[in-house]
Amino acid sequence: MIAYFGRRYTLCASHRLHTNALTVEENRATYGKCNNPHGHGHNYVVEVLVAGAVDPETGMVVNMAALDEVVRARVVERFDHTNLNLDPLFANRVPTTENLSSVVFALLKDALPVGKLERVRVEETENNFFECVE
Amino acid sequence: MIFLTRRATFSASHYYWNPAWSEEKNEQVFGRCANRNGHGHNYTLEVTVAGEPDSVTGFVVDLKWLKNVIEREVLAAWDHRHLNLEVPEFAAIIPTTENIAIDAWRRLEPSVIQAGGAQLSRVRVYETPEIFAEYRGEA
Repeated sequence: MIAYFGRRYTLCASHRLHTNALTVEENRATYGKCNNPHGHGHNYVVEVLVAGAVDPETGMVVNMAALDEVVRARVVERFDHTNLNLDPLFANRVPTTENLSSVVFALLKDALPVGKLERVRVEETENNFFECVE
Repeated sequence: MIFLTRRATFSASHYYWNPAWSEEKNEQVFGRCANRNGHGHNYTLEVTVAGEPDSVTGFVVDLKWLKNVIEREVLAAWDHRHLNLEVPEFAAIIPTTENIAIDAWRRLEPSVIQAGGAQLSRVRVYETPEIFAEYRGEA
């Protein structure tokens, strides 16, 4: 029987939305306050949804402790209390939350202890969020 | 197609234990959840039905009806109960969040089918604000 297990993690990080592909004025027009030179930060919520068969022995799609270990090692430790712009994964990619959700999806996709990564959702604030699927 | 969701809360206690395993293995796999004195949660249940709005009422289903179904079929059996000890279906299966979502679906589906029109689309159960499971009726 296929079910879905979801888990939410918090990470705090700073970023600046800016691309060298645009002029100073174009960056300002496109990204507004998010283009401020010294950056700003968010308390991001990363929601990971894993699909899989419910193991009849454990009643679980995935053991939460095992999932936590992977997500903490690959995502939370990597980005928490950092400047996203300085991470090599964002060297050539603007750290919008769209791109962050897609980067997190790629970091977790083949690393899950069991099951299939169904969706990654990243909430930048309480009022906006982004979802990445396969 | 419109998806309509009703949320409800219930509070219950449970523990995780597989009687086929040794005490050590239960503790290794389930950690603190294997404490057989139990522990509890404030669960949030989200029930989503899918359908077209009725041409007269504009409703997919009447929310009051759905609220009553959730209260009658699920909350009456689970709220302020010990799931392992007082809910028959969890005598033989472990009341993980996954199994709770599947069982809520089983309890709700007959009433939704009987009413005609909308279909049960998803049941999501939050054990805490950070942990949830959902079931979409897939085999």
